[in-house]
Amino acid sequence: MCLGVPGQILDVDDSPLRMGRVAFGPTVKEVSLACVPEAGPGAWVVVHAGLALDQLDEEAARLMIEALAQLELGTGENHA
Amino acid sequence: MKYVDEFRDGHHARALAEAIRRKVTRPWTLMEVCGGQTHSIVRFGLDELLPPEVTLIHGPGCPVCVTPVALIDQALALAGRPEVTFCSFGDMLRVPGSAEDLFAVKSRGADVRVVYSPLDALALARELPHREVVFFAVGFETTAPANALAVAQAKQEGLENFSILVSHVRVPPALEAILASPQRRVDAFLAAGHVCTIMGTEEYLPLAAKHHVPIVVTAFEPVDLLQGILMAVSQLEEGRAEVENQYARLVQAGGNRPAQALIQEVFQVVDRTWRGIGGIPESGFGLRPEYARFDAARRYAVSDVGGAESPDCRSGLVLQGLLKPMACPAFGKACTPDHPLGATMVSSEGACAAYYRYRRFEPVEAP
Ligand code: SF4
Repeated sequence: MCLGVPGQILDVDDSPLRMGRVAFGPTVKEVSLACVPEAGPGAWVVVHAGLALDQLDEEAARLMIEALAQLELGTGENHA
Repeated sequence: MKYVDEFRDGHHARALAEAIRRKVTRPWTLMEVCGGQTHSIVRFGLDELLPPEVTLIHGPGCPVCVTPVALIDQALALAGRPEVTFCSFGDMLRVPGSAEDLFAVKSRGADVRVVYSPLDALALARELPHREVVFFAVGFETTAPANALAVAQAKQEGLENFSILVSHVRVPPALEAILASPQRRVDAFLAAGHVCTIMGTEEYLPLAAKHHVPIVVTAFEPVDLLQGILMAVSQLEEGRAEVENQYARLVQAGGNRPAQALIQEVFQVVDRTWRGIGGIPESGFGLRPEYARFDAARRYAVSDVGGAESPDCRSGLVLQGLLKPMACPAFGKACTPDHPLGATMVSSEGACAAYYRYRRFEPVEAP
């Protein structure tokens, strides 16, 4: 359950939680971007339990999404 | 079971396996710590690609699997209260307590809800001011910042109807316990990549030095795992015991500082019991005194609730790498994912469930 799932930031608000909408393929979720203060719209982040833990580049995100799908560890149980 | 050739980088994987074969001169036992790694190894048969000298054993790597029965029983007691809306990650619902699981309590009409994030539970507490919202805060270091953020925010907003039942564990003390055990079989660790995203790699330096054990922070994909194994085997063959980072594309030595600050603010290090393993000093997080009013166990006085594990379950041995799941007499008979006796059969990342899913039709090897 510790795997993070990559998603792309759509927008960010300026509340203390730094909530933003993040797209995981067709699914869009509200995520806190408080721990990735530099990440803005368009950036790719790894999300776990509703919190973005790290920023990564698009290529790394694509490879990780592919790997999660092949391992059937997709977004379902990973608390994205 | 799928084979590694079906993975996108099958050729690279075989080349790495070949490099490991050339490197190895004597038997070594490696433990992968993370359940996602175990899943990947079993699914793609990576263990079967390795030379016979290299043995992989599956570590305690899934928070769902190591949450003690007593805490599940406390969760059941809280979920059964009429005023409580109990929120949990989905994979905790089928984890057996001493008599039943959260799913059973839910089907009797209790208000048990599956959420993806503690922030969703917090939103529920705002929406339902007349309910007591309790979140089951389970996890390794990876999940701790999200849980800390939810509690800090609840305090900030003065939300009185939100609390968490904390079952947070820390990886390094568990590795220390495994190394200190008289039954120690582990020569090197593949540490869990996503845990280190938060904490970085520095925590492992004293452990590697004290026990002279190589620790390689490794991702969960087949090629990553084989690369991690090659790095660990190279260290062992060369007599080195260092902390190395295979997952540098995500993990930085210092970890994520804002996330660490959140954990620091809300949690303090406490002793914890690990299901099947027992008590390990300083192996978890609990709420700091300033946040004690968000502690559900205290608020509802359920700290003393708690029963015993099924006597037939050997998950303690499985979690320490001392028994392969299929060598457990209950495996696939009294214990299946539909009727799990132990948590390692419940979680999709538990070693017993991974073997049940991909290996159960294969002959049982000697333990
Ligand atoms: S197979 Fe079932 S009973 Fe045996 S160790 Fe695994 S979880 Fe426990």
